[in-house]
Amino acid sequence: MRVTVRLFARLRELAGAAEFVREVPPGATAADVWKGLVRDHPALAPYEASLSCAVNAEYARMTTSVADGDEVAFLPPVSGG
Amino acid sequence: MGAPLTAVTTMPLSAEGLVAAVSSRGAGAVASFVGLVRDRNQGRQVTHLVYEAYEPLAEKALARICEEAAARWPKTVLAIHHRVGRLDIGEASVAIAAASPHRADAFAACRYAIERVKQIVPIWKHEFFDGGDVWIEGATADPDDEAARERALAIACA
Repeated sequence: MRVTVRLFARLRELAGAAEFVREVPPGATAADVWKGLVRDHPALAPYEASLSCAVNAEYARMTTSVADGDEVAFLPPVSGG
Repeated sequence: MGAPLTAVTTMPLSAEGLVAAVSSRGAGAVASFVGLVRDRNQGRQVTHLVYEAYEPLAEKALARICEEAAARWPKTVLAIHHRVGRLDIGEASVAIAAASPHRADAFAACRYAIERVKQIVPIWKHEFFDGGDVWIEGATADPDDEAARERALAIACA
């Protein structure tokens, strides 16, 4: 199945794009999507400990399962205000 | 009234608009807060900031903060607008207004709102300064982190 990955701020710069379409196996979690992304973009790895994620624009856990067509966003620590 | 209670926008912010949006006949107090882009940060001479947001989630996070405040201070109405895009020194990045029958709750809700914005709203500051640029990274966003929420509440009610 396919998911759309969205990256923001420094993650977007490190990966070189704001959006990726990625193939993941059925039953994959947000963590699986992240691991696949890090394999192709190792510079992202240090963010694993401080990451948030969202599925279809709702905050989610890395253990959340994703479905075909989902939008999975990975968020570095926020700095609004 | 006009202005929506929450917004993520590229347009300049108006604290007056937010004060009007939250005011009502029962409101005896309105507290407002405006965050500005300042010219120095950690020893760096800042030239400007560029704010980036995950807009659909940022809108939901702002609405969530308003719901949290309404649950804690039932007669208080909160409005929060955050700007995105390029902001020069002195421009407003965030504006908040909280209306309540009495001043204590208005001040508390206003302070709570800015603390929660910094904790859970997916917005990022890209700082440009003399000699380079840096992404500012603050809190790992987790709306269900009760300890963080308690910290915001403790600051608000101090």
